[in-house]
Amino acid sequence: MLVFIIRRSLQAIVVLWVMSLLVFVGVYAVGNPIDILINPQADQQDRERAIHALGLDKSLPDQYLSFLAGAVHGDLGRSFVHSTPALSLILERMPATLELAATAMLIAVILGIPLGLWAGLRPNGIAGRTIMAGSILGFSLPTFWVGLMLIMVFSVMLGWLPSNGRGPTTDLLGVPVSFLSVDGWRHLIMPATNLALFNLALLIRLTRAGAHEALLQDYVKFARAKGLSNARVIGVHVLRNILIPIVTVIGLQFGALIAFAIVTESVFAWPGMGKLLIDSINLLDRPVIVAYLLVIVTVFIVINLAVDILYSALDPRVRLHEAKG
Amino acid sequence: MSTLLERPAEDAAASRAGQSPFARIVSDFVANPVAVFGLGMLMLLVVVAIFAPLISPQNPYDLAQIDVLDSKLPPGSKSGTGGTFWLGTDDQGRDMLSAIFYGLRISLTVGAASTILALVIGLAAGLTAAYVGGRTEAIIMRIVDIQLSFPAILIALILIAVLGTGTGKVITALVTVQWAYYARTVRSAALVEKRKEYIEAARCLALPPSHIVFRHLLPNCLPPMIVIATVQVAAAIALEATLSFLGLGLPITEPSLGLLIANGYQYLLSGKYWISFFPGIALLLTIVSINLVADQLRDVLNPRLQK
Repeated sequence: MLVFIIRRSLQAIVVLWVMSLLVFVGVYAVGNPIDILINPQADQQDRERAIHALGLDKSLPDQYLSFLAGAVHGDLGRSFVHSTPALSLILERMPATLELAATAMLIAVILGIPLGLWAGLRPNGIAGRTIMAGSILGFSLPTFWVGLMLIMVFSVMLGWLPSNGRGPTTDLLGVPVSFLSVDGWRHLIMPATNLALFNLALLIRLTRAGAHEALLQDYVKFARAKGLSNARVIGVHVLRNILIPIVTVIGLQFGALIAFAIVTESVFAWPGMGKLLIDSINLLDRPVIVAYLLVIVTVFIVINLAVDILYSALDPRVRLHEAKG
Repeated sequence: MSTLLERPAEDAAASRAGQSPFARIVSDFVANPVAVFGLGMLMLLVVVAIFAPLISPQNPYDLAQIDVLDSKLPPGSKSGTGGTFWLGTDDQGRDMLSAIFYGLRISLTVGAASTILALVIGLAAGLTAAYVGGRTEAIIMRIVDIQLSFPAILIALILIAVLGTGTGKVITALVTVQWAYYARTVRSAALVEKRKEYIEAARCLALPPSHIVFRHLLPNCLPPMIVIATVQVAAAIALEATLSFLGLGLPITEPSLGLLIANGYQYLLSGKYWISFFPGIALLLTIVSINLVADQLRDVLNPRLQK
């Protein structure tokens, strides 16, 4: 177990390093930030001073080495645009993204598992078929367009919910959050629902397939033969056995949610990391792009590792070893 | 094909043995009315895209044909020259219906082109991995594993951030996102096929490896690839639309459906829904019809489900 964790962590560090190299070289070869960041009216002296201050006059390998040396100390460079450390800029916006992703996952789980169970227990009923057809729609609908349509219906036509922004936040242990106030919820609910749709469809399908299969197993027949109530058979015997794949998918999809939040945040002008990334790409604010990518790759590696370990804890049949190759 | 359609079901079953594989696939496919509907819709969309310049009420990118005075008109409005804007106009006074026809053309082209390129690269990588094995296989599959552990949108965004925007770069990003799916699938199919007698026979005949791979191995690995390629066309179209919506996709001179939707975003809050709504519907119809076709292809081409 320990060997496995150490080996995976080492592998993770190698992946991180390769990513930093690729991204740094790629991003720093694009465009000329001098033209974008420095006032065109500035005289030659001012320009040179600014270039020197930003470290843009050094060679590419030198820039990378100073970046790498900084990265080891948690310093990923300063934003060209905001003039603040890139890492703190991202970490500042992280709670907003995490709150959005967590709320979306909560919505997907609360709705997806019961709907999937329902469709799995009565596969030929009208409700079951409607749920399944709806889940296909959930896969096919382009997320950003659904977001626009939600704004159109709930903000423009009905006027119930605000169309963008995060609204007022309440501090919880020093972290600003939205879910403690009514107005915060009004801002949160629409983007979170939008972000949840894909995972909702996924969880419905997964739960349905699992329930469908579990109902045919001998242990369910035996539980029924013992005279257990329907609620107990489904709630304990069926649900418990289909939870393993569901928990795995919830874990793995959380990373995907943070990535997909880029789109949702742009639609709803939600002040998270994703919107920061898009703004930074448009402004060629390279330290922020590199820092964002390194942060999200780290998040992914941690999630994948955690899911692997959790999976082996949940299912004793899984042995922790890597596939040959 | 028409004789197959007219043939009653019991006759079709009785004569299965004499059918060519292609005829069997066709008759299995048409057995599902939903899939046939999807295919019909898809064909209609493709025809519209191909003949867009001929059937569009106006050329939306010919400045002589558009009038700023017609801008942001709701659906069904009359134009100054007597025509009707069935789906309204955008902020430049373009007919939305024509803009959607042209946009469909661009979206489908980019989706199909990137899928074909990714299919070729993925097939080559996957077959090489399966046939050569050893270190080559380990390296290729490790790259595939690492890539598939990140969501497609993230990889595409990284590439766009690195490469910059533009049609060629968007296609590069879409190809990079997709090739790994093909490589993984074709490798597992090829590993199974490789152990069968006909490959052994081909080796005993001392046929050159390229001949064995392309003439013997590849055709037998194709069915699952066709299914994935169909699904991936839809995924590529959706991804391209998302990138274009974020302003990181195709340039403004090549307005795909995603760009049209993005264009309407700023007018949505003032109630001018049609600029975003109708291109979105076109996008949705495209993706749903491709997915319906892919769903049925999966069943038809799956040997385990063959009767």
